[in-house]
Amino acid sequence: MSVEAASGATARIDLLLIASMVEPNTRVLDVGCGEGLLLELLRDTKNCDARGVELSRDNVSRAVARGLAVIQGDADADLVDYPDDGFDYVILSQTIQATRNPRQVLEHMLRVGRRAIVSFPNFGHWRIRSHLMFKGRMPMTENLPDSWYDTPNIHFCTIRDFVALCDEIGAVMESAVALNAGGYAAPKAPWWFWNLFGEQAVFVLRRK
Amino acid sequence: MSALSPLSAAARSEANEPSSPVLRFGPDQPLRMDSGAMIEHLQIAYQTYGTLNAAKSNAILACHALTADQHLANTHPVTGKPGWWDVMVGPGKPIDTDRFFVICANVVGACMGTTGPASLNPATGRPYALDLPVVTIRDMVRAQAMLIDHLGIDQLLCVIGGSMGGMQVLQWAASYPERVFAAMPIATGARHSAQNIAFDEVGRQSVMADPDWRGGDYLAQGVNPAKGLAVARMAAHITYLSEAALHRKFGRNLQDREAMTFSFDADFQVESYLRYQGVNFVERFDANSYLYLTRAMNYFDLAADYGGALSGAFKGTKTRFCVVSFTSDWLFPTSDSRAIVHALNAAAASVSFVEIESDKGHDAFLLDEPELFATARGFINAAAKTRGIA
Repeated sequence: MSVEAASGATARIDLLLIASMVEPNTRVLDVGCGEGLLLELLRDTKNCDARGVELSRDNVSRAVARGLAVIQGDADADLVDYPDDGFDYVILSQTIQATRNPRQVLEHMLRVGRRAIVSFPNFGHWRIRSHLMFKGRMPMTENLPDSWYDTPNIHFCTIRDFVALCDEIGAVMESAVALNAGGYAAPKAPWWFWNLFGEQAVFVLRRK
Repeated sequence: MSALSPLSAAARSEANEPSSPVLRFGPDQPLRMDSGAMIEHLQIAYQTYGTLNAAKSNAILACHALTADQHLANTHPVTGKPGWWDVMVGPGKPIDTDRFFVICANVVGACMGTTGPASLNPATGRPYALDLPVVTIRDMVRAQAMLIDHLGIDQLLCVIGGSMGGMQVLQWAASYPERVFAAMPIATGARHSAQNIAFDEVGRQSVMADPDWRGGDYLAQGVNPAKGLAVARMAAHITYLSEAALHRKFGRNLQDREAMTFSFDADFQVESYLRYQGVNFVERFDANSYLYLTRAMNYFDLAADYGGALSGAFKGTKTRFCVVSFTSDWLFPTSDSRAIVHALNAAAASVSFVEIESDKGHDAFLLDEPELFATARGFINAAAKTRGIA
């Protein structure tokens, strides 16, 4: 069964993309796994030993009730408890902007997993830039629907910012893909292009 | 407390000749205990529900808490009340007896037909009383394993239980990892806290301070330390609840009266509730069993058996775990469950963990908690699916 065939019409395009980046039969930890859509996808299509960490009690209950191995916890506080090299992949999907200490979280991911896969909304996208420029207010989009004062997202970054952070902590970028509004990977292009036209980005990282 | 009746005749007879199935071992198969002592005539009373499939792969062992017994989902022979986990276990219920074969055994040291201080000692013809060796959680689990062997079951689909039952679940997973496909410890800890040991000591001292305790020999002397045991139960019962639950149920409401009596009658509803709990308890439960079982919980410290590192207890385990705690449980707070989860993570075990929001305190695992039901149902069904059980 292909990843696309197994997913319902509701599966998020970035989850499909991440799933396609994971080798079959590997051990995966999904940090901020929500109800476990990606875990289910990886378990059912890639035969992965997939585990999750999730903050919301309701989401954890729903995931466990669906037979997934999910721990209620928080990326900032709980990654420290995981042993070195416990997983082949540690995934942080649309969650890094909600962590208190993104740098530390990323460092733990690279310690716990042989590879880290991170997806995040690109705050450098032209629509966000123009919203701020022309309306002078914090942008609210379909992907980022919360007001500035009650958003769980406290550490937005652009693709360029993220690349700089990877350099700073000595993470090697194995691959990087940007998704445009249509949800398709942008063609091969320089960073400035991605930073302007990518709505989301997905990075595969490993230790030096 | 004038209305205290002694241990009922029905309860007394259940200790030796239980109305449930019972398994009897002779000196050729003694129970070797952690203390170094042996029980040469071990008796295990148990109940089963549902049908064991041909592959013997659909068995679920439910482990009971301190004052419960093997009567999990049937009418209790002494109290006439529904089984202690009637809400969880039965046809179509979260632990579905249409699909699974559910086993529940009375633990060693208890008083409903498994060898305990109220059982007759074949060597003397009198109740064991304090001649019974001190029992540990691991001793209980060893005895349960003898029962599971007898039933011809190599691997249990799931071992599940709350509180002292949760301790047994953890001990099963540590002692017999290959025999436990999935494990669900609820509202429990890998060791008993100093605070819990302290509460238990209050209960034991209360029993032993009763003049009718007679150095533990009360059954042979035809009396029962009912007052001491009732007080022990009252104190313990408070620890099973929460301030929110007590307040919701009783507040400061008065019992059958308009004004305070300026006496030491049970003016408040909460007082008469506790007295009622105490009175009912002494009719069905043996005082010495209370001493033995609280001691077993006090001694439990799973990490200590593995050089102080709890993860050592689960090294290389293939068992799938689901750990559950409740927000208002102050006897086994969520931090106790998190310590188990951390150790399982460190051992790279497959583990789920949910903290369920409830104001019902420690007792929440016995009550109508839809989120617990959904979690248990989902976890057990997923285990069954992986194990290839239709």
